[in-house]
Amino acid sequence: MRVSQTTRRLTIAFVGLALIFLYAPILTNFVFSLNSDRFPTIPLGDFTLDWYRLILADALVIDAFKNTIKVALIVAPIATAMGFAAAYADYRFDFIGKKLVLIFALMPPLIPLVVIGLSMLAYLSRIGLSGTLPAVIVSHIVLTSPFAMAIIRLRFSQIDGDLEFAAQNLGASNWRAFREVIIPATKTSILAALLLCMAVSFDEYAVTWFVGGLEETSSVRILSFLQSAVSPRINAIGSITFVTSISLILGAQFLVLRRLTKEAS
Amino acid sequence: MTSFVHSHRLSRMAYRALWSLPLPIWLVGFFLGPMILLVWLSFWDVRNFLMTPDFQLANWQKILSANYFWAAYMRTFIIAMSASALATLVALPCALAISFFLSHRARLIILGLFVVPFFTSYLVRIYSWQIYLTENGIVMKTLAAIGMETGSLLNTPLALMVGLVTLTLPLVIVIQSISMLSLDRTLIDAAYNLGCGPRRVLFATVLPATRPGIVLGALFAFIFSFGDFVTATYLGGGKFTTLSILIADTVKSGQQWPRAAVVALMMIATLLVTALASITYAYRRA
Repeated sequence: MRVSQTTRRLTIAFVGLALIFLYAPILTNFVFSLNSDRFPTIPLGDFTLDWYRLILADALVIDAFKNTIKVALIVAPIATAMGFAAAYADYRFDFIGKKLVLIFALMPPLIPLVVIGLSMLAYLSRIGLSGTLPAVIVSHIVLTSPFAMAIIRLRFSQIDGDLEFAAQNLGASNWRAFREVIIPATKTSILAALLLCMAVSFDEYAVTWFVGGLEETSSVRILSFLQSAVSPRINAIGSITFVTSISLILGAQFLVLRRLTKEAS
Repeated sequence: MTSFVHSHRLSRMAYRALWSLPLPIWLVGFFLGPMILLVWLSFWDVRNFLMTPDFQLANWQKILSANYFWAAYMRTFIIAMSASALATLVALPCALAISFFLSHRARLIILGLFVVPFFTSYLVRIYSWQIYLTENGIVMKTLAAIGMETGSLLNTPLALMVGLVTLTLPLVIVIQSISMLSLDRTLIDAAYNLGCGPRRVLFATVLPATRPGIVLGALFAFIFSFGDFVTATYLGGGKFTTLSILIADTVKSGQQWPRAAVVALMMIATLLVTALASITYAYRRA
């Protein structure tokens, strides 16, 4: 748009402000996780690793971390596989009601988490699952698979649809065409989906709190810390979760963007 | 030969089914199933602290005639609307800058930076805002240092908006930007050629043409704010009871799940109506 240099600079500065607003809570979290004062305020106290020592000596926190990792490692491959299947089916086949099925598959992130939590709790307790890790896993697959489907479907929309048929015309079976055309073309987006699902599972607290019972993940542990009192331990455990989820998301973005820029050049 | 053709067709059907069915089956079992149970649950009875399957309207009557429910409903609705409007207004200049004033490379990086917070622990970020806004917090100390004394900012509508914009801004910016990036640039050039100034181009061309993106962004902000319970609990200090808090409290305090189910269904109904209305408006011909 042809606007004055000043307008241009002002709006770009506004973007900077928005980014500061979004990253400020993340940054203060890191700062105060290393600060000796019990109550987080300025001026800062001394540098300390005490809060990290405290949480790493806390059996509840350690158990929560273990659960988080277990859940994410089981959820991500299953959700990605199902998201992939749905994305591939949408790309490859036509059937009546396909649009409805797709909308249905994208619904879970749009329903309030407390509502999903309540309905899951009622449902899973009727089949004897509530309060267990499998209950958490089952719900996280529901919550994450739409993300996997969306990110892999995006990749399919960039693939030339005739490639697979060409391979089949040359005598490749369904499976061979799939293995030699589809898999190589979607590899990176599958990996990106895995990372994204892990990140979403990692930070989910609401549904987990409903269905997990005494089985806590680290996000639910943070929720319990929050309910008890202001504690610098939240900063320490928060910093660890930030580093983890930011790495996962940046990894996923890198994989998706590398593909995009490669195609552009 | 016929059996070969037959088995070939079978294997093709199996191939299709293998890809088409897993996710829908999982979601029917573990998403639609729970949702249907939620509807049924809202008609159950609670006798001697035990839930019993039944078909009675008492829960609905009880909730829909309760003043505390309607107070929470209106509060949740107004909070979500305000957050949605605020996020939309803050996002607009950002999306404009991202789509029109940045190079391709810078655009990818900045959009990437906006996506990251969306997927990082909202709980911890809200806790950090508590640190900022609390009585001896950074904001108040800074204000005091420059001679402006204020009361605690925690538990105010302002704190609520800070939290909800933190939650929704990334999503709204990304949706608006995608919508502006897919705008046909010749439209803008045409407007300039017809003698429009930048302001006129913005209000007569860019904004109307990106209406679907702006409305969808606002809708998502509304949906997320409407369902959130963290902001109201930890930045509102429990002063602003929302529908989500109502559900969480009811579930926590015992067996009144059927009543919580009524509240949950009212939330879904509200979201459906809002979504339908905004989508109709977004895609209506101008």
